[in-house]
Amino acid sequence: ECPGTGSAQAGRAAACQGCPNQGLCAAGAAGPDAAEAAELRERLRAVRHTVLVLSGKGGVGKSTFSAALAHGLAADEDKQVALLDIDICGPSIPKMMGLEGEQVHQSGSGWSPVYVEENLGVMSVGFLLSSPDDAVIWRGPKKNGLIKQFLRDVDWGELDYLIVDTPPGTSDEHLSVVQYLSATHIDGAVIVTTPQEVSLQDVRKEINFCHKVKLPIIGVVENMSGFVCPKCKNESQIFPPTTGGAEKMCQSLNVSLLGKVPLDPQIGKSCDRGQSFLSEAPESPATLSYKNIIQRIQEYCEQHHCQEEKMI
Amino acid sequence: LLERSNLAGVQHILLVLSGKGGVGKSTISTELALALWHSGKKVGILDVDLCGPSIPRMLRVQDRAVHQCDSGWVPVFVGQDKGISLMSIGFLLERPDDAVVWRGPKKNALIKQFVTDVAWGDLDFLIVDTPPGTSDEHISAVEALRPHRLLGAVLVTTPQ
Repeated sequence: ECPGTGSAQAGRAAACQGCPNQGLCAAGAAGPDAAEAAELRERLRAVRHTVLVLSGKGGVGKSTFSAALAHGLAADEDKQVALLDIDICGPSIPKMMGLEGEQVHQSGSGWSPVYVEENLGVMSVGFLLSSPDDAVIWRGPKKNGLIKQFLRDVDWGELDYLIVDTPPGTSDEHLSVVQYLSATHIDGAVIVTTPQEVSLQDVRKEINFCHKVKLPIIGVVENMSGFVCPKCKNESQIFPPTTGGAEKMCQSLNVSLLGKVPLDPQIGKSCDRGQSFLSEAPESPATLSYKNIIQRIQEYCEQHHCQEEKMI
Repeated sequence: LLERSNLAGVQHILLVLSGKGGVGKSTISTELALALWHSGKKVGILDVDLCGPSIPRMLRVQDRAVHQCDSGWVPVFVGQDKGISLMSIGFLLERPDDAVVWRGPKKNALIKQFVTDVAWGDLDFLIVDTPPGTSDEHISAVEALRPHRLLGAVLVTTPQ
């Protein structure tokens, strides 16, 4: 019985003898060794809540949502928030946060995140490229190395929230970030989808990934959920939920539906211009949806924290 | 005795790429294949998106299985005249919701197999649909396909 390619026993269990992938699984390594885990734990000691933003599918709005979540949480000036972009091939966060062209600085205490507000810091491979069109054509192991560096070498300081934006899929980046963050703790994952079945079929895989690696699921966000024409006010389903959308999927898989966000052309524009959509379009129905979802995420994290404290 | 390569009968190989996810690579790959088929061509689609294989559902063959023959794997045929053939990891999953949680090296091994071990037969076009990014799948697919008739890449984007 295969122990699972992501398990600590991968490549090492008795059942692995003779499997053609044994060498690969064993070389994949189970995660940080004890010394590395201690380093990561130390660096992330002052992070109260960590939220991963995932999808199985590309282009559903993970980075858009991560940016809105970061801005939404940082609206409370007493909270320290950081946004870590581990999409190494397609880092969207620098542009969305209006930080294109910024560079990362080193200090005695490590890499300094780039601050968009006093209480909102950002880190992305985008800041390490000499030109925004430079392709990062790296195989898995090199990507894993950079993700480890981001977690170990960035001087995050004291944080109320660390939001981690991920690329689409269930591969190196996702395995690595979950394994490295196991040194500290992850409150949970927010999974983003759009209403159509082609997205949902990938998102179900992502939900299974979360179960496999024992990552709690805070809930699912359905993006691009309907469009209200600004002229005639008629509502259209641009991506029809032919199989019941996220709502039906959440019911059948017993996960929370955090909310639905309608399509609003202003969202794309704000992202392109590096502005906070929540500030640029405070009256949009999408803003209201985002804010409700963000509040539910906050409530989940606070509740989770209280439960943990009770257990100590 | 040199075995005839499984790609020897393929006239043109086309990659469909983007950097970005969700722009319509799989949709375009499918529509391109259907358009070529309607114009009388024999077309194959190789879906190397291992984490999010979309093509089987788009061609309504998600419930089919893959079989072996002497020259390797037999692709899944679409349509009564078998004018479109398809290979995807989607056909190898026990359950459609199973996540393929593989690191790069394991993905590379399967992609090489998909390129060399699928008995495509004679095709006018082989369209290779890719996942978003510029990583393992893309490097491995290009490396494995380069010795063959690699026509080039079509890049897909959206306006923003």
